[in-house]
Amino acid sequence: MDILVLMKVVPDVVEELEVGSDGKSLDTSFLRTIINERDDHALEQALLLKDKHGGKVTLLTLDAPDIDDVLFTALAKGADRAVKICGVESVQSTQTAVKLFGETIAKTPGLLPVDLILTGVSAIDDLDGLMAAPIAQQLGWPYAGVVTQVALADKTATVIKEFAGGVRGEYEVPTPAVLGIQAAEKPPRYVPVAKVRAAMKSQTIESVDAPAVEAATTVEVQQMAKPQVTGHAEMLEGSPEEVADKICELLAKRGLL
Amino acid sequence: MAGNIWIIAEAWRGQVSEITFELLALGREVAGQAGAPLEAVLLGSNARELAQKLGAADSVLYADNAALADPVPENFATALAQLIKEKQPAAVLVPLTNLSVDVGVVLAAQLGVPFLNYCKDLKAEGGNLTATCVLYGGKMEATVTASAKPAIIGILPGARPVEQGRSDKAATITDVAVTLAAPKVHFKRYLESEAGDVDITQKDFLVAVGRGIQTKDNLDLAEDLAATLGGAVCGSRPVIDQGWLGLSRQVGKSGMLVKPKLYVMLGISGAPEHVEGMKGSQCIIAVNTDAAAPIFNVAHYGVVGDALEVAPALTEKIKARKG
Amino acid sequence: MDLDPVRISLMGLPAWAVLWVLTLGAFGVFGFRAWQLVGLLLKARSENRFDQLGARVMRFVRHVLLQPRLFNEPSIGLAHFLIFWGFVVYVICFNWSLVRGLLPVLPIPYPDEFGPSAFFLDVFAVAVLISLGAAVVRRVFFPPAHLHLSWDANLILSLIGILMLTTLFGGSFRLLGEGKTSSLWTPFSSLVAMVWPTMTSPDAHRWAKAMWWTHMITVLFFLVYLPYSKHLHLLASPFNVFFGNLRPAGDLSIAGGSEDLAAGSAKWNEFTWKQLLSGFSCAECGRCDRACPATNSGFPLEPQQLVQKLKKHSIHAGLAKPNGNGEKLIGDVITEAEIWSCTTCMSCIERCAVLNEQIPIIVQLRRHLVSEGQMAKTVQDALNNFNRYGNSFGKSDRMRAKWTQALGWKVKDARKEEVEYLWFVGDYASFDPRLEESTRKTANVFKAAGMDFGILYEGERNAGNDVRRIGEEGLFEMLRDKNLQAMGKAKYKKIVTTDPHAFNTLKNEYGLEGVEVLHYSEVLDRLATEGKLTFKNKVTGRITYHDPCYLGRYNDIYEPARRVLKAAGAELVEMPRSFSRSYCCGAGGGRIWMEDVEGVKERPAESRVREAAALGVTTLVVACPKDLVMFQDALKTAGLEGKLVIKDVIDLVEEATRQA
Repeated sequence: MDILVLMKVVPDVVEELEVGSDGKSLDTSFLRTIINERDDHALEQALLLKDKHGGKVTLLTLDAPDIDDVLFTALAKGADRAVKICGVESVQSTQTAVKLFGETIAKTPGLLPVDLILTGVSAIDDLDGLMAAPIAQQLGWPYAGVVTQVALADKTATVIKEFAGGVRGEYEVPTPAVLGIQAAEKPPRYVPVAKVRAAMKSQTIESVDAPAVEAATTVEVQQMAKPQVTGHAEMLEGSPEEVADKICELLAKRGLL
Repeated sequence: MAGNIWIIAEAWRGQVSEITFELLALGREVAGQAGAPLEAVLLGSNARELAQKLGAADSVLYADNAALADPVPENFATALAQLIKEKQPAAVLVPLTNLSVDVGVVLAAQLGVPFLNYCKDLKAEGGNLTATCVLYGGKMEATVTASAKPAIIGILPGARPVEQGRSDKAATITDVAVTLAAPKVHFKRYLESEAGDVDITQKDFLVAVGRGIQTKDNLDLAEDLAATLGGAVCGSRPVIDQGWLGLSRQVGKSGMLVKPKLYVMLGISGAPEHVEGMKGSQCIIAVNTDAAAPIFNVAHYGVVGDALEVAPALTEKIKARKG
Repeated sequence: MDLDPVRISLMGLPAWAVLWVLTLGAFGVFGFRAWQLVGLLLKARSENRFDQLGARVMRFVRHVLLQPRLFNEPSIGLAHFLIFWGFVVYVICFNWSLVRGLLPVLPIPYPDEFGPSAFFLDVFAVAVLISLGAAVVRRVFFPPAHLHLSWDANLILSLIGILMLTTLFGGSFRLLGEGKTSSLWTPFSSLVAMVWPTMTSPDAHRWAKAMWWTHMITVLFFLVYLPYSKHLHLLASPFNVFFGNLRPAGDLSIAGGSEDLAAGSAKWNEFTWKQLLSGFSCAECGRCDRACPATNSGFPLEPQQLVQKLKKHSIHAGLAKPNGNGEKLIGDVITEAEIWSCTTCMSCIERCAVLNEQIPIIVQLRRHLVSEGQMAKTVQDALNNFNRYGNSFGKSDRMRAKWTQALGWKVKDARKEEVEYLWFVGDYASFDPRLEESTRKTANVFKAAGMDFGILYEGERNAGNDVRRIGEEGLFEMLRDKNLQAMGKAKYKKIVTTDPHAFNTLKNEYGLEGVEVLHYSEVLDRLATEGKLTFKNKVTGRITYHDPCYLGRYNDIYEPARRVLKAAGAELVEMPRSFSRSYCCGAGGGRIWMEDVEGVKERPAESRVREAAALGVTTLVVACPKDLVMFQDALKTAGLEGKLVIKDVIDLVEEATRQA
């Protein structure tokens, strides 16, 4: 069972984000990126499937600063091959990313065939689309999103999707298929630094040139700003005891005690 | 603006989801600005009576097909694509729920247009649709124009109050037909959350815990408070993922939608996914060590402090009052 | 008449020949076993413990010959001391006796025929018997917790008893056989001889020989049995002490180790020979368990058991046929929960009478688990945060110096300006909102004392002490390298730290040659001594002080904080567990990021705050940011809120030096 995992990095929101001088995009001078959390889950799900069924896990990603760290970490975790699409400026649009990934998958020898393509169902910078469904459309493969469990059998993947209220749905998806992963069955595994270092010594990251694609134009950012805080809680101050007294007062006033 | 404004109604296990009414309310404003009719689209199987509830729209398109009985996004998207080709709406508003988002993205992919994501507000101005979208986990908001025909727009829960989208008006329902081939993806069954636990949606008092409570042992402090209030403990996703609380106690996008009289939040910073599930609570009190936590923009009352200190103090005071 | 016990015939054979057979048999079995065990050590990993021979000899003299750690428990200390020295006397005399018995032609007497040696045998026989009595009474009536009450130990005690009795009785029969009733050389045998005053000389001869043979056969049996029993400690521990660790206990590297530390140990032969020797040396006395905060709190760890398990497993697995029994050290023998329970407080190492080093063994096991990615999710999150942001809080490293903003003045950036002291602030003091205020007080006190200091701002990373003790060696190296890089850019003369954990690792694991690393309590002490701190508003009230593990036990720093507190005006009362006996708060070794397990009784921090509260003091003073956090939480769970206050040393100093 071979699996292709599509990954991208997104701005790390642990850091303060600032708007750039154009007023439409992030200031990149202090920007740090981190692997899209759900892509990390997609990788974990692929590795779990590999642990169970064997096969090869290949990573495909867009080049970005620090992307090598992300890829070596994934290789150290057990992925077999890492490929980055080079020669593109920072990709702002998910539509463009979809085209880059789609074209690269179709045209780069050796990436296909696979049984599954996994990627995070969404990312915090997915403004003009989510990746998995349009890639499935391009390939003519089935798609399922918001997936939290995957079981593989011959030619079929049984997937669990999350709905609301703790209710989930079970689906059968013929493979090859594209799945948008919400969460892996287990939290992403830890890989010790020593193993990442070893991967840096023993493994290589392949590069492919980005295919020429048209940039999407139907969604245009006019302005970007930090959100205006509309409402704010009435803050209660004092020692825990004083705060507790104040809360009691207002609960009593509302007839909640 | 040429074309109607559509909202995709979401039916979930025999009920119209609340977000549908939020979309109706928002769609009503947009339709007004665009000078176009607001049309709700409901897809289902033997679900025509649900269409009656959509009276806030100028008209309702109802497509009945046995293939629409189960939540197979591909079928819904194909049906919508057919209707869109026929009716040429200007915009299609899709609920950003786990259930409907897949319909939206498959639809957009089929039509070859972008899926405008994370939209919390939408306006029609000068023939353009201008959306306000929440990016980077709520750290930024982008004002975006969508010029695709049609514009497929995913609307975040909470864009408008539910009540604003409800109407007693009789809905004008037009039945439409869709032809659906066998889908590639097959729905097998629903998996219910574990039964036997308390139903947090029925509680008037909830004490919600998040990452900030640090360890499982500290759950006791929340349990004490909940017991004193006569309610139950619930949690945000990290706490559930950690295994500290069962799945049936999860509040948020993938969990329960709760509207208690009192919602006390201990150590929850306020990720949008969680807020979605509890924002309708009548009184929200948030305790968090981080004064900049986004939850303070949602809560009615806020305390910057250690939940592990405030919770027991509050438990004691309430006990004292109740005698 | 001939009293020589080998000049008889046994079962038709000359007795000396029988003795030869028995001796060769016993020494053969003993030698085979010793060869097996040494063989195991030779197959284990290397570790250089052959340096500083002078210091090693001194250690041997102190801990083998004088045994101060045994006297720490007076009920058994003297008894063990006497049994040990009795053993030495008897070993010498046994060999003497044996040689004489094997070679009857030698023109020398038996040791009990020679006055001085007979005297020692006689006196020690009684001393050892009394000691055995004390040991038995302790085992039967006052067994301390965690003393392993094995059948094995009872057998050994009985055998020793037989040796002593055969000596005394033998002595008495010899006297009677020689036609005497008493001798000044053997006063106790003389007393015994009074029991059978009418015994005839031939009978006495026969009895004397029987005693000699019983004695010799018992010793030979002992020799065979010893290396298979817990009393292997008596052979192994002198070597264990001699090869003990002479470097700081706070350094977890392995000198002369040939293997990559990061991979850790999962199999018996992936430990160093010295670590395996620890197992052979354990006497199952339970000192470590009695001191261990994990054991006392009901965590599934008993250091003694862990070492014993390693011993048994290494013997089973190491001596098994190639396939072995398939028993896995981690999982089948030692559980993961056990391995993660350790707080690395060093109490076990500090107590161990045979100078075992339990924590490096635990860390080796952890290193293996980490290399396999097996750890609690909470630990994993912390490690990921360390890796990405350099702190466990998952906050941006750019926010590290945010606490300085409310100071109203700028702390020097040591990377840009030369300073005398580089202040390594540490994670908790920098990021924990509960500690920010104390950190600012430290800054203000330093400034008011005219100290020239700076910080590394966002260049500082977690020092890596806990990371290393979790077993993430690669991440530790990464953090250390990044800190060294940032420190390399700075110009400073000394380092001062807030956190004792950071202090330990900077001092012992960073290889900072020629740089003095100080804890802030030491710096405050110096400032006070130099008169740079003036305590205008002396504090009042009775307080007690908690010695942090990594300051006290690990680095032997006990007095500076006490001096400062007294100078500030406080009346210092000591807790029963103080100085090197200080009781861990439970946060060390990464435990602060781990969940308690089922069955935990009283958490270490709760035990500690109760101990402090029982003194009737107002304040428990700490010198470690993690202690502050742990004890404040423990006050709540122990129901002591309002009865006891937790303060940092700096809180009192700041209060006492504040401008009126």
